[in-house]
Amino acid sequence: MPPEFAVRVGQALDNERLRRNLRRTMDGLVAKRRQAFPDIHELAVLRRRGKLIRAQALANLPDLLLELEANCERNGIRVHWAETVAEGNAIVLDLLRRQGARRVIKGKSMVSEEMGLNHHLEAQGIQAVETDLGEFILQLAGERPSHIIAPAIHKDRREIAALFAAHFPEYPYTEDIEGLTAIARRIMREHFGQAIAGLSGVNFAIAETGTLCLVENEGNGRLCTTAPDLHIAVCGIEKVIARLDQLPPLLTLLTRSATGQPITTYVNLISGPRRAGERDGPREVHLILLDNGRSRMHRDRQLRATLRCIRCGACMNHCPVYTRLGGHAYGTVYPGPIGSVLEPQLQGLERQGELAEASSLCGACGEVCPVRIPLPGLLRRLRAEGAGEGEDAGVPGRGSRRKAPQRLIWTLWRLTHAHPALYRLATHLATRLRWLVPTGLGPWARTRAAPVIAPRSLHELARAEGFAHE
Amino acid sequence: MPHSPRVYFFGTCLIDLIFPQAGLAAMRLLRREGLEVIYPQGQTCCGQPAYNSGYEAAARDVARRQLDTFPEDYPILVPSASCAGMLKVQYPKLFAGTPDEERARRLAGRVHELTDYLARVLDWRHPDLGPPLKVALHHSCSARREMGVAGAAAELLARLANLEVVEPDHAQECCGFGGTFAVKQPEISAAMAADKAAAILATGARVLVGQDCGCLLNLGGTLAHRHPQAGVGQSWQGADPGARGVAPAARGAANHDGSGRVTRQPAPLAQGPVVKHIAELLWERTHAP
Amino acid sequence: MSSPAREAILQRLRRGVATGPRPAPENPVRRFDWSPPERLRRFTAALTAVRGEVIPVGDDWPATLFSRLSAKGATNLRFAPATALGAELAAAWPDRGAITLIPHDQPIEACRAELFSATDASLTGCLGGIAETGTLVLWPSIQEPRLLSLVPPIHAVVLEADRIRSTFHEFLVAEDWAGRGLPTNALLISGPSKSADIEQTLAYGVHGPKELLVLVRVKGDTADPPPALA
Repeated sequence: MPPEFAVRVGQALDNERLRRNLRRTMDGLVAKRRQAFPDIHELAVLRRRGKLIRAQALANLPDLLLELEANCERNGIRVHWAETVAEGNAIVLDLLRRQGARRVIKGKSMVSEEMGLNHHLEAQGIQAVETDLGEFILQLAGERPSHIIAPAIHKDRREIAALFAAHFPEYPYTEDIEGLTAIARRIMREHFGQAIAGLSGVNFAIAETGTLCLVENEGNGRLCTTAPDLHIAVCGIEKVIARLDQLPPLLTLLTRSATGQPITTYVNLISGPRRAGERDGPREVHLILLDNGRSRMHRDRQLRATLRCIRCGACMNHCPVYTRLGGHAYGTVYPGPIGSVLEPQLQGLERQGELAEASSLCGACGEVCPVRIPLPGLLRRLRAEGAGEGEDAGVPGRGSRRKAPQRLIWTLWRLTHAHPALYRLATHLATRLRWLVPTGLGPWARTRAAPVIAPRSLHELARAEGFAHE
Repeated sequence: MPHSPRVYFFGTCLIDLIFPQAGLAAMRLLRREGLEVIYPQGQTCCGQPAYNSGYEAAARDVARRQLDTFPEDYPILVPSASCAGMLKVQYPKLFAGTPDEERARRLAGRVHELTDYLARVLDWRHPDLGPPLKVALHHSCSARREMGVAGAAAELLARLANLEVVEPDHAQECCGFGGTFAVKQPEISAAMAADKAAAILATGARVLVGQDCGCLLNLGGTLAHRHPQAGVGQSWQGADPGARGVAPAARGAANHDGSGRVTRQPAPLAQGPVVKHIAELLWERTHAP
Repeated sequence: MSSPAREAILQRLRRGVATGPRPAPENPVRRFDWSPPERLRRFTAALTAVRGEVIPVGDDWPATLFSRLSAKGATNLRFAPATALGAELAAAWPDRGAITLIPHDQPIEACRAELFSATDASLTGCLGGIAETGTLVLWPSIQEPRLLSLVPPIHAVVLEADRIRSTFHEFLVAEDWAGRGLPTNALLISGPSKSADIEQTLAYGVHGPKELLVLVRVKGDTADPPPALA
């Protein structure tokens, strides 16, 4: 992993177009969020409420999942449980095969990305068609999303125009955004009109009423979950909330944190398949609850906070590292700060531990998280797990980041800094031999003038000036 | 006769070795306010570098030594929001569930970042003796978010009448230091530092001032690297109280004579700004020798 | 239905719950004391800001709708004949020659092609509105199915002004959605369909309706509080 990440980082930093796109877009999203929360006090109250709703749900997760299952089944929604991504994919495949579907239209779903669902289905001869405009564009490009809310954020209109011209030569070339949108709408219409199977994610699953809540701006989510005869919803087990009346505060936090909108164009509450007498809607609705490591993350008191996430994307919008790299450099399904906390836990520290270290711990993410996930603290905890220190949270790959050079450095550091006499000796030598100390070596000095060690330390100057030492 | 109120000074390892003049200025500022400033010679480092790297056992050993070194019930003043944050916010977590937990909590309760203490507790006010000067103010992420003391620095500078204080574009964004981050992810760190340096240059300020020497080391080094000042190795690090007799021209735009006092009009800006810790700036501009 | 995956997941979660913290209870939700005219004003401002059209109407609303649709070049209007609103529309439609009225009374299987490619506009009612966010609340029904408000490029809605509440939370709680039981599909609609996926620039009518017309019917004195709802 390390050489690959470093390579991707270099590529991203050298990509001027990408950096310009990202800077402009992140600045815009940051400004929009600020405008959407003009009252600091209200924001603080809302974030506290959001955290409590999510924390309560996680504290009661097994019971809530059972309640969700019972109410969904009572409503006619079939509930399936999948421990692994492979199990989840198998369930989807089986449902589609039984329907005789050769194609499934998809609303945007990060969980389906996590499952690698499209790839799995295509290998089995079933075409997965992305209908969200951003995902649709990426599917044409053969790329994965680079942001969890705005998947094609790294692309500009010229790149998209070229893609459309290549894939849909029957339409005249255009870089006009309205024109490109109209082309996508025409092409999607056919799919919506004919599809017999649709797949969606779930923003919130409400245990009290057995309801799936989906939010969107385009309308493709509603179309995917209404027009076909079969609707499959995939959902992480952490997405459940207890009561319907907890939805409004979470919704307003989600939409305002993500894009600065007071609400999305559509909020869709689905509580079952087509009932007797109803004239449209799917005949079957299935909910797949995916674990994929979440129940393991749930066990640790501190790391459980990771599961509070409502997938708003605010953390990555405010992250100086994400702003310079974009999502692809991370090489994971979930990028940015939440990705740097989630992916090492999902995939293990030996594969993704470096992500937890690729942060200056500036705290911008934690400051904006609508459900107050202490992201910098979790990053630090994962670094400790990587070094094999602190309480064992059961994260796969614990201790795998503890390498000999690091151990040596911190052993020497501890030696000098835990023993004042040794420390004073070391600093004395450093100041007297300062012109010999190689501060100009190493990655630091590639882009910075080397620091100069002072001729006398503060310890010395303080004594010389007569400051008492006790 | 009652003795002066006593405060501890936790200098930080970075200031000890690279920016001692900042620590000295801070201690002089406090002494002038009538405090007896105690500098325990046994202090070393708050432990943050190891702690942030996940090497908690090593961090705890070093941190425990600081608990031993600052035993009395005096306020502990720290010329760094980052180190103050470690002592105040992280020590209780680092020692949770250990025999030193109570000691750590008590110490954490006594910690103050320097500018916050100057502004809020001491109500520091002194006439500005220096010439008109434009300074760019940089807030560390720790000052802004962990310690909430960004406002204190701005407040203190606002009390110096001849200063024009500006903030660079994207002021809220991290400068890329992050301690070991700069060494572990040098390219990302350098990109962040480059953007911040460009924003600082664009302000036209002659001096870059901040509460945290880590950021200043990062930005000063980045600025100097882009604008090498031939023959002047240390001017971007500001005045060097230990070096006497170095020609004033070699000291950079602020023209110190070694005593810490500004002596003449600043030279035209031919290179990047000089970086200073806010303690140095406050002392220079209000101290008449 | 039990399965190995289900049991394994629940077992792991139960271990976690035994050791987890007990979060504190929540604080109360924000309320607003807006008068009915204030609610209408806020509703209009919020929806207009996202390119919804809000048109005050009286009982002659079918004529108003007709002229708006004519101006937009619509040649037909799909509607639910078996509702009170549908009856009002049919009774007062000015010119069926200019804009045909299409009763939407078939299962989707029988009218899919027409709905998707030969319908210019649709009309539905709604349960009410939400002032804070400029939102329409719809509970599609047997008479007004889900796709009616979604597929045609122009969606017109008649909203009774005294059915505008301040917040979504108020709607849920005052009308006891959880207790009553939710329909197959409950919807909040807050504007025409849009996307900012290309260069963060807004484009409208991506998949859902490109235009949303809200005909707000004000009955009598708007200073009266809304009547208690069943």
